[in-house]
Amino acid sequence: MSYVGRTREEERRMLEKIGVPSFEALLEAVPAGVRLKSGLGIEGPLSEIELRRRFGAWAAANEGARCASFLGAGCYDHYIPAAVNALAQRSEFATAYTPYQPEVAQGSLTAIFEFQSLIAELTGMEVANASLYDGATATVEAALLARHSTGRSRVVVAGTLHPHYREVLRTYLEDRALSFVADRGGQCAPEDVQLALGPDVACVVYSYPNFFGLLESPHALHRLAHDAGALAVAVCDPIALALLEPPGAARDGVTGADLVVGEGQSLGNPPSFGGPALGFFACPETLVRRMPGRLAAATVDKAGRRGFVLTLQTREQHIRREKATSNICTNQGLLALRATIYMGLMGKQGMREVAELCVQKSHHAAELAARIPGYRRAHEGPFFREFVLECPRSAADVVRTARRRGIDPGVDLGQFSEAWRRWLLVAVTEQRSAEEIERWAEALREAGEGAR
Amino acid sequence: MGFPEDVRYTSEHEWARLSGGLVTIGITSYASEQLGDIVYLELPEVGKKLEATKPFGVVEAVKTVSDLFAPVDGEVAEVNPALADNPALVNQQPFEGGWLIRVRPRNAADIERLLTSAAYQKLVEAQHA
Repeated sequence: MSYVGRTREEERRMLEKIGVPSFEALLEAVPAGVRLKSGLGIEGPLSEIELRRRFGAWAAANEGARCASFLGAGCYDHYIPAAVNALAQRSEFATAYTPYQPEVAQGSLTAIFEFQSLIAELTGMEVANASLYDGATATVEAALLARHSTGRSRVVVAGTLHPHYREVLRTYLEDRALSFVADRGGQCAPEDVQLALGPDVACVVYSYPNFFGLLESPHALHRLAHDAGALAVAVCDPIALALLEPPGAARDGVTGADLVVGEGQSLGNPPSFGGPALGFFACPETLVRRMPGRLAAATVDKAGRRGFVLTLQTREQHIRREKATSNICTNQGLLALRATIYMGLMGKQGMREVAELCVQKSHHAAELAARIPGYRRAHEGPFFREFVLECPRSAADVVRTARRRGIDPGVDLGQFSEAWRRWLLVAVTEQRSAEEIERWAEALREAGEGAR
Repeated sequence: MGFPEDVRYTSEHEWARLSGGLVTIGITSYASEQLGDIVYLELPEVGKKLEATKPFGVVEAVKTVSDLFAPVDGEVAEVNPALADNPALVNQQPFEGGWLIRVRPRNAADIERLLTSAAYQKLVEAQHA
């Protein structure tokens, strides 16, 4: 977003207009105890050249910015075409917080409608909402919807779901309502899920690919859930869906997932420092009245021209109050817009190519790593863009060593579990060059040598 | 707006009619006019136990949503099948084709405790006074 400064004269005129003697007078409502007593201590004003130099030096001090990133774990470094930044800043999309007034928000509403359509197509579902806060809250909302819709309380969750998502589920739901199914070799075994099922189960939640980057068996899980009268909830990565069969699709007489949700950051949004994120939520038309969040729809105006509005708003908090489907009735406007532009630019073919590059490069990296003494893949299952490496020493040590070589080699899984202390979760996107992957392998080798 | 005398009323604007051992329940024409165009009804399943004065469903109009309150204790015996495709029936014929559910009452005499047509009419008029 652009920053528009103001002169002292403009400031004086604004204050005069609203009848306030000084800017400080506006702050009187803030208790004096929490207000800064002195200035911020920022030197200046600086000239543009000085400013760029100063900020450039600060930005360069960011270790992460210099490192080739093999980080993932739910937040991915994909290429963002320049057009995404340029188009997302156009004024047609800059509307007030909530596009309740369609007559002044056609830009936002059109973009939301397109976003919904693209997500519906990608997930193989009939309807998608205008987006939610992030993948974790979208997962929770799916579990809540399943509970309301089935009148049952228990949620069976694959233990291979992201640990953060599991935490957020625990935050929303009482402990006895959650059954986590331990993994076998990094994947969720359908026979284990079967044991966890019962007449009180509202849904089965699994992720695709899962936290370790591995692919689960969607159709087996859907069948089990449906046989038990529960819904199947797939938590998906949208880039992976460009290549994999969408979980919403039925095949061989087996129905698809009932709810497909996930994290959309990888669509045209930078990893930043782990956020902001973009939740998406898709469902069949039969569940649309229980779906959380906003929904844009196409309609015609008085003159018969095509236009867009928010629809089915009675599901939402501002009308339905305590009976709303969710306490979330906003959406991630800017990030959803960027995702829409990204998907529009890339197209079906482009997204598929990105996904294929992820598969090729991550498999190449995994093969290189397997040849380094002391390293081996922790799991055998098929993976998409990410895999777990078992290191000859703690993953934290490997990360520390590799960073000195300008490589962020992966996410240390020891932070989630002591049992995973030597596990490094490595993501390789289309952004990583062959040279960077070589340097990554070299850094691993060096880190491993210290251990032997 | 009508206040038929063959049904009893609640202060929450439902009506109840006892016939053949079952209590048919709907919302009054006053309620349906106040709500505006009804677009969706969330009704309980057959077999569900209802408790008098407690919510048993939701009526959704274009711009508002409202709870439906059970006039008597009982068990749902039937749900109006015509409403799923045509919720507007509640606006068009609130006391006839637009009925919502039929309930097997725990005690059929409970219906006598509900408001009479005259009492309900008075209540509606008082709300507009």
